[in-house]
Amino acid sequence: MNWLIFALVFWLGGWALNAYLANSPWRSALIVRVMIPVVFGVTLLVLWEGTVRAFGVSPVILPAPSVVASTFVASTDILWEDFQQTVLKGAVSGFLIGTAAAFATAILIDRSAFLTRGLLPIGNFVAALPIVGIAPILVNWFGFDWHSKAAVVVVMVFFPVLVNTVQGLRETDAMQRDLMHTYAAGYFDTLIKLRLPAALPFVFNGLKIATTLALIGAIVAEYFGSPTRGMGFRISTGVGSLSIDLVWAEIVVAAMAGTTFYGLVAWIEKRVTFWHPSHRTSN
Amino acid sequence: MRNTLPILAVLGALVVLWYVAVAPMNIRGALDVADRGGAEVIPPESRDRFETSIWRLMVDNPEQIAAGYSLDRPRLPTPGQVGQELWKTTGDMALKGRPMSKRSLIYHGWITLQSTLWGFALGTALGMAGAIAIVYSRVVDMSLMPWAIISQTVPIVALAPMIIVLSSQVGIEGRGVPKAIISAYLCYFPVLVGMVKGLRSPAAAQLDLLKTYSASGVQGFLKLRLPASMPYLFTSLKIGIAAALVGTIVGELPTGAISGLGARILIGDQFGTPLAIWSALFAAAILAGTLVTLLDLLQRVTLRRMGMLA
Amino acid sequence: MLGEMAVISAKSLDLTFQTNDGPVHALSGIDLDIGKGEFVSFIGPSGCGKTTFLRCVAALEAPTGGTLTVNGMTPDEARKARAYGYVFQAAGLYPWRSIEKNIALPLEIMGFSKAEQTERTERVLDLVELSNFGKKYPWQLSGGMQQRASIARALAFDADILLMDEPFGALDEIVRDHLNEQLLELWARTEKTIGFVTHSIPEAVYLSTKIVVMSPRPGRITDVIDSPLPKERPLDIRDTPEFLAVAHRVRDGLRAGHAYDD
Repeated sequence: MNWLIFALVFWLGGWALNAYLANSPWRSALIVRVMIPVVFGVTLLVLWEGTVRAFGVSPVILPAPSVVASTFVASTDILWEDFQQTVLKGAVSGFLIGTAAAFATAILIDRSAFLTRGLLPIGNFVAALPIVGIAPILVNWFGFDWHSKAAVVVVMVFFPVLVNTVQGLRETDAMQRDLMHTYAAGYFDTLIKLRLPAALPFVFNGLKIATTLALIGAIVAEYFGSPTRGMGFRISTGVGSLSIDLVWAEIVVAAMAGTTFYGLVAWIEKRVTFWHPSHRTSN
Repeated sequence: MRNTLPILAVLGALVVLWYVAVAPMNIRGALDVADRGGAEVIPPESRDRFETSIWRLMVDNPEQIAAGYSLDRPRLPTPGQVGQELWKTTGDMALKGRPMSKRSLIYHGWITLQSTLWGFALGTALGMAGAIAIVYSRVVDMSLMPWAIISQTVPIVALAPMIIVLSSQVGIEGRGVPKAIISAYLCYFPVLVGMVKGLRSPAAAQLDLLKTYSASGVQGFLKLRLPASMPYLFTSLKIGIAAALVGTIVGELPTGAISGLGARILIGDQFGTPLAIWSALFAAAILAGTLVTLLDLLQRVTLRRMGMLA
Repeated sequence: MLGEMAVISAKSLDLTFQTNDGPVHALSGIDLDIGKGEFVSFIGPSGCGKTTFLRCVAALEAPTGGTLTVNGMTPDEARKARAYGYVFQAAGLYPWRSIEKNIALPLEIMGFSKAEQTERTERVLDLVELSNFGKKYPWQLSGGMQQRASIARALAFDADILLMDEPFGALDEIVRDHLNEQLLELWARTEKTIGFVTHSIPEAVYLSTKIVVMSPRPGRITDVIDSPLPKERPLDIRDTPEFLAVAHRVRDGLRAGHAYDD
């Protein structure tokens, strides 16, 4: 019971601290803005730990964060192997192929207003479908190993990136196109000097969505067949064999991988589209 | 709609491409079937066929190409075969008076739809509540919003098998509840983030005007923020329902599922009946499309009545 | 200007749009000659066709009747020969390029060498007094400075004709006065032919050698005023009786075209 009381007190204390900080004059400082969600997260972890210990929750149902942490440290070799299989080979390679293909397709169909008008609604529609369902078919076609996972990722990533790139290419306003017209600029000059740079914010929007889809696709595809490694494999078999602590450790890896991947693309976006109003502070 | 013609043209081209692709995809299967049936196949040993390229096989066995279009277990079914299987398990069964039989996709679609709608309702309610809390409380904003954004980058589907096991351990029967939870979880954050954007969308000038009227917080919410957020809300609802459907299907995929479209996909995979997989997939696609279209219609009607349709 | 060929020459120019509510006569029977080195302002209420006419000269719109020549060629040929620079209402600078690179944009497209690009960019930046701002980005500059950069961009490739569509419309009056002065100086130094669309009567009278007053429905010319004011004009000239007389005549023309009716 002590644990629970401690956890509740800690949570309330954390909340009070956050409330104070949020209304303090320092609330716009970066360090405060980072500290508040961190404190919030830590109090949740403590609450989790306290509840599990106080009620003696079986580790098979919900392991305490301390148990997950120790399993994590003890299994780094398995986790690393799974990470390589799922994230690097499956998700990242699929992401690169899928986004490149989508980008190239967008530029190819850009030439034809007819094709664009036909493909854009279809692309939007397909992007809303539960594409993860094609995983068993692709495993059937490409085999158990990471190639089928990459294929699933390619399909999942293709349509959102295509739709966003096409929309981005359309975004240039009439005045900018008129200006190019007065320079007697040809199609390629206009594409490279005006429309592609202007499309970049949209393209990155699609790429960020693609990072999350890539990881989802790679993991779910492994539920359908995988050599004896991979995060999805480990999660589904771990659940079956009730090694829930290992499952949670894998989930932590997945969370870290997802956030890092997304963060990397967001960082590149900030460098490349520094000029967009959403990124710049007024000088 | 001037888009109809291009859309139909592109769809038509895709269907034609599909038909053409069936031949090379299915040639190996067709040759196996022919070989087992005693017909002459070049090369006769299946091991040799494995080494040969599909193009060579097609050139050497042109009479078997057509057979690839009517295999029982095709690698790539033709659109016709998928359509037939779909009809067989939906409309045909309904006509025969057994729409809800365990083999009917209408039955399985209904199971999936139920979890999706429950998850969607739960996720939307929580998302909207969370958004209101974030917009009106700075503490909640600063502690919760960063996590909301980060959670979008975390592959939540990794949790799906565990939620299912957890719920059965805790004593909840059947998969309906865990599937709804997974759906709600996938749908909650798009709705939350979209609503926050929407509730914060009114210009500073508009908010100042309400201040000059000494409007209360509730009045400001009902008269300005909520109406202004409608376009954003609908956009996120459409994303949310698609996510909820994905959540339900992912919840139906782990081993042991017996009902729902995801389960049909799983069973089709386990039994090696590709047609079952394809027809369940298309049923899921049709379900997704219908739900999103209905929301889109609702969006148009609502926004038009509010004078907000561009 | 006996014997001198008009740089821009319109005869019975017509432009009719077909809309859902019936045909719109944006331009109707426009006859106008603009000689070399003139500064011509077009003024009138919305829908009078002043912007449409400018766009026809720039080959951004196609007339439906009559003839229009620029430097003796069709507008499209003139466009391909890069005979004019166009300045829009908004500066329209690329936010991902520095000011220097923005000015170099037409030069890149037209195939000038890198050395030429640098030399020309420096020269026009100097002309508009933005020499220290070459490496800055558009959003770091004020509205007036962005418009100056846009004008510099239009001057970079030495086209003889400068077409400006309400370039100072979005700026406050003090900045506007300053830019008007600068534009006149620029015109004196470069001797270009300028077509200038504006909503402001004082601006039109201050800047131009010739003022074209237009009215809508259908878009037509109500009056063409050859300005008696001297070429050298300090801002104070706006208080002189000659200036006010011209402004009065412009106002009469606008009234005749029902610009002040509802």
